[in-house]
Amino acid sequence: MTSATEAPKASFRLGMLIYDTRYRSITIQVIALVLLAVVLWWLRDNLVTNLADKGKDINFSFLWTRAGYDIDQQLISYTNDDTHSRALFIGLLNTLAVAFFGCILATIIGVFAGVLRLSKNWIVARLMTVYVEVFRNVPLLLWIILAYTVFTEIMPQVNDFKVTQAMIDSGTPAAASMLFDNTVAISNRGTSVPYPLLTHPLGGFEFLGIPFNFSFIAVVGLFVASIFASRGVTRRAKAVQEATGIRPVTWWKNLALIVLPTTLLFYALGLHWDVPHFNIDENGVWKGFNFVGGISIAHNFTALVIALSLYTGAYIAEAVRAGIMAVSRGQSEAAAALGLRQGRIMSLVVLPQALRVIVPPLISQYLNLTKNTTLGIAVGYLDLKGTLGGITMNQTGRELECMLLMMMIYLILSLLISAMMNVYNATTKLKER
Amino acid sequence: MTQSSMSFVRDKMLTQQKPPVSEVGAVRWVRENLFSSPLNGFLTLISLYVVYWIIASSLPWFLNGVWAANSLGECRQIIEANAGPGAEGACWAILRERWHQFLFGFYPMDAYWRPVLAFGLMLMALAPALYYGLRRVNMLMLGTVSVLTLLGMIGVGTDGFHLLLSVVVFAALFAVAALMPKKLLWLTLVYPLVGFYLLWGGSVWGPVGVAIGFGLLVVVWNKLQSRLGAVVAGGIAVAVALIWWLQVQPMVTTPLAHMMPIRLMSVDSDQFGGFLLSFVIGVTAVSASLPMGLLLALGRRSDMVFIKSVSVVFIEFIRGVPLITMLFTASLLLNYFLPPRSNFDLILRVIILVTFFAAAYIAEVIRGGLAALPKGQSEAADALGLDYWQAQRFIILPQALKISIPGIVSSFIGLFKDTTLVALVGLADPLQGITKMVRADINWKGVYWEPLLFVGVIFFIFCFGMSRYSMYLERKLKTDHR
Repeated sequence: MTSATEAPKASFRLGMLIYDTRYRSITIQVIALVLLAVVLWWLRDNLVTNLADKGKDINFSFLWTRAGYDIDQQLISYTNDDTHSRALFIGLLNTLAVAFFGCILATIIGVFAGVLRLSKNWIVARLMTVYVEVFRNVPLLLWIILAYTVFTEIMPQVNDFKVTQAMIDSGTPAAASMLFDNTVAISNRGTSVPYPLLTHPLGGFEFLGIPFNFSFIAVVGLFVASIFASRGVTRRAKAVQEATGIRPVTWWKNLALIVLPTTLLFYALGLHWDVPHFNIDENGVWKGFNFVGGISIAHNFTALVIALSLYTGAYIAEAVRAGIMAVSRGQSEAAAALGLRQGRIMSLVVLPQALRVIVPPLISQYLNLTKNTTLGIAVGYLDLKGTLGGITMNQTGRELECMLLMMMIYLILSLLISAMMNVYNATTKLKER
Repeated sequence: MTQSSMSFVRDKMLTQQKPPVSEVGAVRWVRENLFSSPLNGFLTLISLYVVYWIIASSLPWFLNGVWAANSLGECRQIIEANAGPGAEGACWAILRERWHQFLFGFYPMDAYWRPVLAFGLMLMALAPALYYGLRRVNMLMLGTVSVLTLLGMIGVGTDGFHLLLSVVVFAALFAVAALMPKKLLWLTLVYPLVGFYLLWGGSVWGPVGVAIGFGLLVVVWNKLQSRLGAVVAGGIAVAVALIWWLQVQPMVTTPLAHMMPIRLMSVDSDQFGGFLLSFVIGVTAVSASLPMGLLLALGRRSDMVFIKSVSVVFIEFIRGVPLITMLFTASLLLNYFLPPRSNFDLILRVIILVTFFAAAYIAEVIRGGLAALPKGQSEAADALGLDYWQAQRFIILPQALKISIPGIVSSFIGLFKDTTLVALVGLADPLQGITKMVRADINWKGVYWEPLLFVGVIFFIFCFGMSRYSMYLERKLKTDHR
């Protein structure tokens, strides 16, 4: 028999706070807490004194006063009589617009460059290596400024597009010509592109100053619905294939499902394009000083999107390359041994496995791109940093409030993107048992 | 059935035939690497066209370049005279005339040798950390850097006394590298103070006082560490050092500065610019962010709830906001949080916030390295009876840092590239600040490509060099056999 002996009751001594590992972590945390509290209190104290010295307070009511400045690019209506909060919202939309187009373009560029860098074609692989290394090792700011300079310095002046009487007489063409069958004009002022107009629009309404356009919503809704329908067709085909071994032909059904409904809706709405042009008199002479019609995209937007997507594309290319290389050779060899064709091997075996490796760095590149849109202020693009953190801050002198608000918005944006992408990541994750 | 009389056994070996023309040499290489399939052939043709287009559109511009001119207009005249009307060409004359501003900003011209010397010494101070204990590599590195630095110093015009002094210092360092290469680590340790003294100037006794403070810190920590544990001993040592720096040091160094006035002309921070500024911000922030990132990474993996949550909030907040907002915080907001009427330098404020920024990213990289280690490693360390810091120092960190090297270097590259953003808070970085200023000169109005190209090439050289070095290090430290 063993008799249970009571563990000796150690009396608590002060030294145990330092020497006993059970208590030491608590001691350290308490000390850290106190230190942090002291530092925060000190910072707060300084802040209060400094604000009192300058006769300022912390007050966000400036957001509802008149902004009084113009924004040259806006997705929803804005005039300089609107409030600072409206200007903030316009800036946020501009940030999101650049981030949206930049992410799409960067993904396309990155996937192509990453796959081509692994190509067996010597010159293509070398060219892609040069692209990736050059863009990754030079500051982004340089690419943005370079793209902007290319647009504003090399592109022809608006005047060069004009056809004058003298030109008609002598038969010389204009110094510059429009692209894509005279529908797109890139001048040093901006890119003029056709603008879609509807003869029978569905109308819309405005809620909290945000316009909702029924025609737009209908088109997007129908398009998404037809994509779902075509996926249903593919799923049906797969079921038939698994039951009978014969795969029904689906490509024309899918194509028709995706293209036809939207086209018909466009036809019903009466879609036509407002093409940028010059007013022309009866002799064929161009009148006026600038293009009329269409919509003009400022070069700082275009330059920002191009530079950001080329720069981020180089990083995405590396992520894609790493992802494909992470799939072991045995996988594609085994697939080949099963008799799959090259395209099938890529889409059914290699890519699904590579995606798991690619997606996490891809998320962080999207985040980087979104944060890097702030560099737009170098070329005068009024995004969130340009409106809230730029003109609004300078006009109202409320640095503290503006910076806080701006940091919070970027933080929320970052967290949202990473949350969305994490959901996707969870669906592609290796299902372990 | 009889044996067929037709049977035939070859009794003589045939001479080997030559492979078909399409299977040897250049033809085979081209077939295999460029035209293996129609798609590949198509891609090859497109690539060749792209290469041709790039060369055809930029080569004349390079070939027509002009080095000797005093203004853009003069450049254009010379180009037209040489290559005919309407020809385009580079105007390198702007670099010839303004290169010093791109490199040094508004640093006093007769003190250009100081940044050059500081840069050379920095490379030397890096050498022992990069190639620890490798005698031949260290000597090679030191020798090359000394010669290049001396040439650079002669190039920017150094007075004889300082040149001679530098030669002596280099010779001494070379001797150390040859005789006891491991002692070179001392150079790495004292370099921050030497670099500070060289760049900002002032009295030599300030940096010496700071160095004594660090000496005290190390001595106290060494004495107490075995008895009180790393954290407590560290706290006491920091307190002692702080008392020295804040209370005692001014009483000692001020009289010394009067008695033995050894000083360099002091240079204000707002005279820093160009690549000098990029390097000062980049190098300082990088070296300061590494230990901070390490602590944050350990904090984030710690069992202590409070420490962990503070680290998480700090890291996630900083990674969630763009660097520009941090820079604007440095230039506009930091003063609100400091004692009233304390006015400290914009460059220093920028360095502090850039350090925070880099530390958060490096913390995540190191955390990745820590997470990659099997749990058995730390359990084995516990079983051996090592305490937390011993386990980290001898078992965990050497392995984790090795895995994180590529990530750390790419954070460093990113940080160095991001130093160009300081232009947006009004500092004279090489890309925007200096270029704008140069272009404001009536002689050089309209010069766009040459400065961009110049700055881009320098950034490329440094960043590409760093990434190649990290690849070398990765190969060198690879100990597993796969």
